[in-house]
Amino acid sequence: MSDVLHDVGELEHDASSEYERQRVPPKALKGPSAFWGMYAGEHTAGTEFMIGPLFVKWGADAFSLLVGLFLGNLLAVLTWRYLTATIACEQRLTLYYKLEKIAGGLLVKFYNLANGLLFCFLAGSMITVSATAVGPFFPPGTIEMPTFQSTMPTGPAWIVSCIVIGVAMTLVALKGYGVVAQVGHYAAPWMFLIFVSCALVTLGRLGTTDLWALLTPPEGTPQEISFLGIVCFAWFCNAAMHIGMADLSVLRFAKKPSAGWASASGMFLGHYVAWICAALLLIYWVRQHGVDPQVGKDPGTMVNDAVGWAGLICVIIAGWTTANPTIYRAGLAFQAMIPGMSRVAATMLAGGLCIAAGIFPAFAMNLLDFVGIYGTILAPVGAIIVVDHFLAEKVGIPRDPAERSGSSFNMAVLIAWLLPVAVAMWLYKTQGVFASYLPLPCSVACGLLYIVFSRLAARETIAVRA
Amino acid sequence: MKMAATSVGLLALAGTIVPPAVFMLQSIAAGQAGSPALPLDTVKTIMLVSTVAWFVAAPFWMKVE
Repeated sequence: MSDVLHDVGELEHDASSEYERQRVPPKALKGPSAFWGMYAGEHTAGTEFMIGPLFVKWGADAFSLLVGLFLGNLLAVLTWRYLTATIACEQRLTLYYKLEKIAGGLLVKFYNLANGLLFCFLAGSMITVSATAVGPFFPPGTIEMPTFQSTMPTGPAWIVSCIVIGVAMTLVALKGYGVVAQVGHYAAPWMFLIFVSCALVTLGRLGTTDLWALLTPPEGTPQEISFLGIVCFAWFCNAAMHIGMADLSVLRFAKKPSAGWASASGMFLGHYVAWICAALLLIYWVRQHGVDPQVGKDPGTMVNDAVGWAGLICVIIAGWTTANPTIYRAGLAFQAMIPGMSRVAATMLAGGLCIAAGIFPAFAMNLLDFVGIYGTILAPVGAIIVVDHFLAEKVGIPRDPAERSGSSFNMAVLIAWLLPVAVAMWLYKTQGVFASYLPLPCSVACGLLYIVFSRLAARETIAVRA
Repeated sequence: MKMAATSVGLLALAGTIVPPAVFMLQSIAAGQAGSPALPLDTVKTIMLVSTVAWFVAAPFWMKVE
């Protein structure tokens, strides 16, 4: 175990500070054990306490939850293994450096800004979830907890809770990545067991282990998410990481592409077992306390009721360990955007935005939509890397075009990226298309458009030279 | 030291998962009418103590060398 942690510590240190503008040398490559631990820790987060109950709110049936989640997570693992890890082990470059070679440095900064802002909203959701764990420490009614229908802050006490938690997270993020990663690794196995404990206590209280019956919504419950919706949600909730290629930065340290299988630890422990455990918490409150699933119950109250203070500590730590690196990464993104800005100032800016987002429960309560939008905006960039890596020579476009031409802004990339994203956002806003359906078509369209625009640009260059 | 930390860590993990499992089995066996021999408040207390023990032991056990 300590060897695994040793590897994980080195891996994250390397990923955050070394070989950023060069291929990872053979001496820095890591074995698969480091990746299994890292993925397990990263995908058992505070937001899992929100996602499980949100499935219940959306009327997901037992087949969708048990089979659909399995299938979606399997597809995510296969994407990590055969797409992300394959490219990572052949290129051995960070997403940012690879993208710079294709799109140019200026466009990478634009991508960084989008990434940083979306990171802030994600970390804000984690602050919201963690803040729900503060309420049970005070007499009932002191802090009014948000429900699924809350969009605005529920009162001054709620705002103070979010600010205190957010400031604490930002101060720790200022210390850098290492401390946070370390605590995250200590907490990971315990945190997973707390999720399972919540489910065990809930099953005991409901007097049955018949998961199928428990996960079947009562007759007449409107089904707002289908089997395909669940599959796509599980597949693309981390779209930015796998088809979006953000995990090139980590998997480039893998000795072999088979390290991509390590994502299975995060998907099946965090995004399968933990989501179902969290869903059971709300099912108990619906069945035993008559809570309306459309209104829901805050994670802090449900977890405290099931397993007590250990659960509350888990809610806070689960949010904290994932929000901290997110705030840190958002800070780095802002620092890259604003010349001369110190890392401290950039992290504080990111922390401030996260706290502002966390105070408004709208982001956490609409997490199923938000992660889909997050993937839709960032994942298409990965398609450009896929085209550059696998198809560029076959379709007659140059590899690493910005590096070859010395350009800092590849217009073909910008248009190929933003055009499908704009159409996808229109479909989401006006046609009510579920956000998790959008990352895949958006990425395919982006890849095809990149080929078309790159060929057109190459033809123009030849014409000008002639 | 590491041996002691490893033992405490493993016991702490067991203290996190075993009491809820026992609670579940006893609750289901007791049915709707009865109540489990291990009360939920005791489960919660054991889990809290185990949580504290885990975070004390883990840094020694999982220390980066």
